[in-house]
Parts: sequence; C-alpha cells; structure tokens
Amino acid sequence: MPRTLYDKIWDAHVVARDAGGEVLLYIDRQLLHEVSSPQAFAALREHGLQVHRPASHIAVADHAVPTHDRGAPIADPQARAQVALLAANCAEYGVEYLALDGERQGIVHVIGPEQGFTLPGLTFVCSDSHSATHGAFGALAFGIGASECGTVLAAQVLWQKRAATMRVTFTGALPDHVSAKDMILALIARIGASGATGYAIEYAGEAVRALSMEARMTLCNMSIEAGSRTGLVAPDETTFAYLAGRPRAPQEADWDAALADWRALASDADARFDREVTIDIADLAPQLSFGTSPDQTLPIGGRVPDPGDAPDPAQRDKLAGALAYMGLAPGTAMTDIAVDHVFIGSCTNGRIEDLRAAAAMVGMGRVAKGVRALVVPGSGAVKRQAEAEGLDAVFIAAGFEWREAGCSLCVAMNDDRLPAGARCASTSNRNFEGRQGIGARTHLVSPAMAAAAAIAGRFVDIRSWRA
Amino acid sequence: MTPLVRVTGPAARLPLANIDTDIIFPARFLLITEKAGLGRYAFHDRADLAVPPGTAILVTGDNFGCGSSREQAPWALADLGVRVLIGAGFGEIFAANCFKNGMLPIVLGPGELARVDAAVQAGAVIAVDLETQEIAVADQDSIRFSVEPARREALLSGWDEIGRIRAGYAAQIASFEQRQRAAIPWLWRAQQGSLNG
Ligand code: SF4
Repeated sequence: MPRTLYDKIWDAHVVARDAGGEVLLYIDRQLLHEVSSPQAFAALREHGLQVHRPASHIAVADHAVPTHDRGAPIADPQARAQVALLAANCAEYGVEYLALDGERQGIVHVIGPEQGFTLPGLTFVCSDSHSATHGAFGALAFGIGASECGTVLAAQVLWQKRAATMRVTFTGALPDHVSAKDMILALIARIGASGATGYAIEYAGEAVRALSMEARMTLCNMSIEAGSRTGLVAPDETTFAYLAGRPRAPQEADWDAALADWRALASDADARFDREVTIDIADLAPQLSFGTSPDQTLPIGGRVPDPGDAPDPAQRDKLAGALAYMGLAPGTAMTDIAVDHVFIGSCTNGRIEDLRAAAAMVGMGRVAKGVRALVVPGSGAVKRQAEAEGLDAVFIAAGFEWREAGCSLCVAMNDDRLPAGARCASTSNRNFEGRQGIGARTHLVSPAMAAAAAIAGRFVDIRSWRA
Repeated sequence: MTPLVRVTGPAARLPLANIDTDIIFPARFLLITEKAGLGRYAFHDRADLAVPPGTAILVTGDNFGCGSSREQAPWALADLGVRVLIGAGFGEIFAANCFKNGMLPIVLGPGELARVDAAVQAGAVIAVDLETQEIAVADQDSIRFSVEPARREALLSGWDEIGRIRAGYAAQIASFEQRQRAAIPWLWRAQQGSLNG
C-alpha cells in the first residue's frame, strides 16, 4: 500500500496499540524550555523517576529571557527563578542545558536545526505549539503540553491518535519580494484558523522544493495557526546540504547510512491524502494580517472588510470585535495603516535569511520618526553570523535596536512589551489580542515587509516601494 | 488524577469563536512555575469573558483553546472548577492537555450544540455522563457524544498516565529501542553527541 511521509514515520515509531486505535508512539527527541518544563520535572519527582534517556533531550531558556544586558543577572525575579530552575533541573537529571550566556543559546526551534539535533524521519516534540517548525526536515514534529513533556522525560513515549493527512501543493514560482511567510499566511487566510485541525499537513509542489531550509521552516512553523500540530516537507538535497557537518548530525559512514534512510522517506507517488489544497503563488502579493486571528489576513493591496458584509451574525460579531480591538475602520487601505512599532525576530522569521531580507529592504533608509524598531536574532549563532556580514551595522545605522537572542516580542514574557494601543508590524506568528502587550495591536508580515514598514512608518507594497 | 464519571453543576458559556490560550491565560503569568491556584489569572485581560468560580461545565465557541500549547490554560480552568467543555471544536493541543488533567472536551454537531447552549443560557440543569456518553438536557432527549475509548477509560478511572505506561509498557519500549538501535544505529550514535564545549 502506498504511504505518505507522515505514514512512514508514524509506522516506524509504533511501540504498542490499544483496542481503540490509539498508538503508543516512540519519541526520538525532545526540546525543553524554561516555561513548560518545571511541572514536567515536578512530575518525575512525584513519581520518583529518572529521565529515561537523557541524551535525547536538550534544554534552552528562550521565552522569558531578556534580550539586552545578557551579562547581568535577570532583573525580573520570577524570570530569573524560572531560568535557574531549568538549569538546576537539567543538572539534576543529566539533561544537556545550553546556558544563557553560552554560544548556542537561542529559540528552541532555531537551535534544534542549527545543531543538527533535528533530523529527517525522527519523531520530535517540544512543549511549544510551534514544534512543527522541525517538520521542514521531514521529521514528525508536534507541540505538546507540560504533562506530556513529563511523560516523554519519564518513558520516551506518548499515546497518540493518527492524524488525517492534507497535502498543500504550492505551484508556480515566488515573485520578487514575496516569501514563505506570505505563502503560509495566504494558506491560513484560505482555509481558516481551524481549517487543518486534525490533519498533518505535507507541503509539496515545485514552489516548496525551490525553498531554502530556512524558508521551509517558516512555512511549517505556522501550521498551528491553521489548526494543525504537524507540518512536513519531504527531505531532499536541500535538506541534506543544510544538515551536513552540523554538530549533532551523523558523521562519515553514519552519514551515508542516514542518507539512504532519508531518501526513502518521501511520500510514494501514488499515496493518497485525505484532503488536497492547491495554491498558485505566481501572482501572490505580500500578505499582512489586519485582525486578531491569523486567518484575518489580506494582500497588501486589500482593504479592511466591512462586518456588515459578513454572511452570518457570528462572523459579523467576530470581525467587528477584531476591528474594534485593532482600531481599524472598514474600507481602510492596508497601505494607509501607520505603525509605531516593528519587531523582526521569532522562530518564524528570526533566522539569518530573514535578517538579510530585512536589511536589504532597509538599504540606506532610516527608521521613521515615532517608530520603535527591534531586531532580535533567533539564536546566538544567527546574531554572530549577522554581525560577521555587517547586518547589525545596517540596522543600527538606520535606528533599529539590535538585541540578544530570544522570543522577545513574539510572546512578551520578558521586558519587551508594547503599550496599549501600540501598532506593530511583526514577523512573528500570532496576532492574538494582548500577544505583544495588553491592548497592543499586531500585524503579521514578512521580514522585508516589516523592515519597509519601519522606514516608511506605514505598510507599503514592497514590490513597488523604494526606501 | 481525579476520576470523571458524571458531572452536573453550574454551567457557563463563552460563545465567541477562536478564544485562544493567550486569552485564557495571558503569557506574562507563565512565569509562575506552579500548577495550582492559577484560576485567578484566567481571562485576566478580558473582563467580558469571566468564568465564575465553581463553573463545572463550560459551553464554548468554535476552536476554543487554539494557539499556544500552554497547559496553564486548562490548569486555570480546572482551578475554577471546570471539568467538562462542550463546543464545536477545540485546539488540538488544548484538548489533549484537558484529558491529561481529568477534564473532558466534548465536540458536538451544530444542532446539538445549539440545544445545549440554549439550555445553559436559559439556566437549565445539564448533566454529563461519561459512562453512558450522554448529556442530559433538562427534560429534552439526551444527546450522545463520542470520545476516544482509551481517553474515556483514563478519565473514568483517574489513571496516572506516567505510572501506567511505566508499569504496563516498559518491556515494549525496551524492545522497540533494541529494534531501532539495530535498524538505524546512526541515530543512536548521533544521539550521544554532546553540544558542550
Ligand atoms: S518565538 Fe514565539 S512562537 Fe517561537 S517559541 Fe518563542 S514564543 Fe513560541
């Protein structure tokens, strides 16, 4: 029977089945961070257990950490205690911890691939909903909660129900200034915030094959914003070139053996998916969200919709509520929306290619008066690479703040928070109410769109705009 | 975990669609490393969405609990007394987290959900029976719901998942590891790599 990529990885990790059809799935690797692991380690303690397989986990602090003054103790006592607890738990249980002041610290979903910890064909979890990022490598990766994190620490398995499969095929070639971020936003706008609930998505098609690994990570990252826990791309030469020589990737003879396994992972040509979606991107425009759910997204040439045109009262109320929160009137052109904050970073768009795209858009421009703009690299390695390329100088000369690696304004758990009423062009993944601070308004965009908004002080169509 | 068999009690409704876990439990309170006592932070920034303490059954809008995987969302609801959620669909990770904490998310079709919602709005008593998989709505016909058999059993008996897996499946896990080590030895060697230094 022909099988999909998802089926192949799933089948290879079944430990046991119960009568009702749930599967005890073996988990090869887990990433831990400071926010969702304290209760998981507490569960181990309650059960008097050790970590079943310490070498299969790595831990890093990213969500709550400050992105400035890294040498100093963390000022917020709660955040300081949370980070210290992660380090102490890792020391006690023999789990590798990438220290906050070390070279390899960064956002969980950025450092996993960087270290070659993320590999094709593996099952991979993190108690963070953006774990599908790792699916860009052809790994079966999904987000879990803190309780399941504890189960994986204790036993390396999880009870799981097989998902339905959805193939999203992107056809055509990406136009200039349009990116993987625009592809995934367009998909979410098309199928809705719960459109892929219950499905594992495989991203396929010539447009996906043409994407770099970093762009594929952006694509998979936001699967959860369409309701899916899992997004996958079949591994290919692009994947292998990215992984070769990474610290945790297999080496020498092991590398050859691994390659042979990985080449067999792609979905069989005649494999059937439960649902097919096709999107042609030849004419795709830069996208931005205008509401408080990621599916409230339009192309840059669009106008804020009128709740009065909604097909039913529930949708009308939902849209009216979003517009009230966002302070937008129906009919407003996207290019008439002015911003006062810009955030470039996160596990969606905090990698080196993202910073390059943003810096290219900055050019010789200056951040507009009244705009505060932050660039937060996704990892220490990304930061050092950007500095080696002189990108930091471009940003700083233009008036951007250049920060240390962390989640920062993606989740606003550290001291990077926006005031009520602030309007932010953000390269992160969620435009939820309060996500960047109580009452703050978020518009999701690509790095190039965010950088241009910083310079112009409003959203612009970067296909025709020059700083 | 406290077993869940039958739940009757005060019900409340939050009919808005796409209430995400950031709304249920704002991120800044995630700095708290405890599980208990989180109810006071639930819907902290949204006075219009308060769930009264003591609410046992919550009727929700579509896609409730979408977004972040934070288990603080169900912990906070549990702290308020919530045991059963009834809606058109839930965020997947949120729903899984509910089961891990002795809470039952029930998905109903539009007609049946509207009946339950109207009953709750009218202040009628509803009762959820996990044994028979039925929701009794005042004096109307009861509504059948389905739930994954293993999850149902886990809720009914209040299983401790870690304990059960360790007690019941240790041998199967060990033999899986042996098979995987033989089939893809490179994985096990790559696993040993250290990032230190
Ligand atoms: S950058 Fe944002 S989405 Fe990514 S792990 Fe951090 S908080 Fe989560």
